[in-house]
Amino acid sequence: MGIIRARKLGFDYYRYDENGQVREASHAVRNVDLDIEAGQFAAVLGHNGSGKSTLAKHINALLMPTEGTLWVDGMDTRQENELWRIRQRAGMVFQNPDNQIIGTVVEEDVGFGPENMGVPTEDIWKRVDESLKAVGMTAYRYHSPNKLSGGQKQRVAIAGVMAMRPRCIVLDEPTAMLDPGGRKEVLKALRELNQKEQVTVILITHYMEEVVYADRVFVMDQGELVMQGTPREIFSHVEEMRKCGLDVPQVTMLAHELRKSGMQLPEDILTREELVDAICQ
Amino acid sequence: MIRDITLGQYYPADSVLHRLDPRTKFVGTLLFVISLFIFHTFPGYGAATVFLAGMIGLSKVPVSFMFRGLKAIFVILLLTVVFNMLLTPGQVIWQLGFLKITWEGLMQAGRMAIRLVYLVVGSSIMTLTTTPNQLTDGLENLMGPLNRIHVPVHEIAMMMSIALRFIPILMEETDKIMKAQMARGADFESGNIMQKAKNMIPLLVPLFVSAFRRANDLAMAMEARCYHGGEGRTQMKPLKYKGRDYAAYGILAGYLALGIAFRIWGI
Ligand SMILES: Nc1ncnc2c1ncn2[C@@H]1O[C@H](COP(=O)(O)OP(=O)(O)OP(=O)(O)O)[C@@H](O)[C@H]1O
Ligand SMILES: [Mg+2]
Repeated sequence: MGIIRARKLGFDYYRYDENGQVREASHAVRNVDLDIEAGQFAAVLGHNGSGKSTLAKHINALLMPTEGTLWVDGMDTRQENELWRIRQRAGMVFQNPDNQIIGTVVEEDVGFGPENMGVPTEDIWKRVDESLKAVGMTAYRYHSPNKLSGGQKQRVAIAGVMAMRPRCIVLDEPTAMLDPGGRKEVLKALRELNQKEQVTVILITHYMEEVVYADRVFVMDQGELVMQGTPREIFSHVEEMRKCGLDVPQVTMLAHELRKSGMQLPEDILTREELVDAICQ
Repeated sequence: MIRDITLGQYYPADSVLHRLDPRTKFVGTLLFVISLFIFHTFPGYGAATVFLAGMIGLSKVPVSFMFRGLKAIFVILLLTVVFNMLLTPGQVIWQLGFLKITWEGLMQAGRMAIRLVYLVVGSSIMTLTTTPNQLTDGLENLMGPLNRIHVPVHEIAMMMSIALRFIPILMEETDKIMKAQMARGADFESGNIMQKAKNMIPLLVPLFVSAFRRANDLAMAMEARCYHGGEGRTQMKPLKYKGRDYAAYGILAGYLALGIAFRIWGI
């Protein structure tokens, strides 16, 4: 069984009027069946308001489904007595790096999760050392988080989650507020964690380039899961992607346009090298 | 840059006082303040001066930093001295109209001035050698027993340390919003106090909105990292007394004993 499994998952946000009556309900997530295997690098795409963040918060049990069920490592997120175990198994990194760092010193922030879990002191230090090393931030351990760049802050946030020894990390647009350099840094750290430590990564993003290396891509639209497959499969459906308000990587787009104007090219070109090879053949 | 401002007034250096446990320093400061009220003669103040000078020497913090705190209490100090000098009855040594200075008044003013100055300098030694974080940790630990009477000690300490982390961020944000508003013609400088206060509204509203959004995000991030209050929590850097702390407590006990002895013998 996969590490994340959802069946008929649905969630409604309610807006209430002054009398506490439901004035408006928005179906943020509808009827989602999701399976993510342990060790996968999964990416979730979707335009603004398509329900990605809502789905992500379910995986960390920050939100409870109003319909259907979600299991994290076999645990139903609605079981209250499993709450802290679920949050330990599935860590979460948020968009704004400033608003998720709690410590005033890098190493103290990384130790925050283990402290909450009641890990003994010596073990906390071991975990902090390991996690800082895993994201390449050991040199900054005594620094104040306020003086780090955005990419470094997000790596600290990732280390903070890693110190809890999760089996899975959910990242909600971790690179949205970063410059291209910072984006690369964070992505490199994530891929390394995924490959070396076999941590399942679920990356929510707006950037198509970040999706190219994923094992599996999920596309959301209006709260529903509308497409899933490998990046190649997903990006070969240029027209469907457009319907969901999404672009495909520029190279794929170029190949698509070339094909439409009569060139013989394969459907699933993802990188510049592939396109060059295909044209030169 | 605003990001670089240090909160509190920590002065980084490598001294015995810096390495002492924050609890030791806190208790020590408290005892020193108490001693200032036990001593009431000039030999006694001499002993306090020696003790204070010794601590300043040990701290490796430039003396000028120690006396910076006095600026804040300058007015209070002046008022205390003047009132004590003029209003204490006793043997008159100088008189001008209804103003008269008495010998007793002079002594009393001197005592009060010494107490106030030493109090401020003494507590500066603590804040200069202890990071705000260590102070919070020390306070949390010392106040621990209050938990029994349902004072949320851990929560208060957590709030303090979060405030410490976010004050520089919010200051920077204030700066940013201010510049943005000024670029659109806002005026924060001219006018009387009422007008100035009114002009601050376009600054405060976005600042509050942003602070609440941050608080919301932070609460979620803390929950996601299994935060559920102080219960069942371990510490990465638990406070532990070392040899030097016991030595410091020994010295403090000696100093306090001296104070009590002076008092008993009436020196
Ligand atoms: N706290 C809330 N209260 C009410 N409605 C909400 C709330 N949060 C989100 N929604 C609504 O739920 C829907 C899905 O929002 P969600 O934040 O999950 O989208 P998203 O895919 O993460 O978007 P984005 O790309 O902008 O982050 C949207 O229509 C949004 O308006
Ligand atoms: Mg979102």
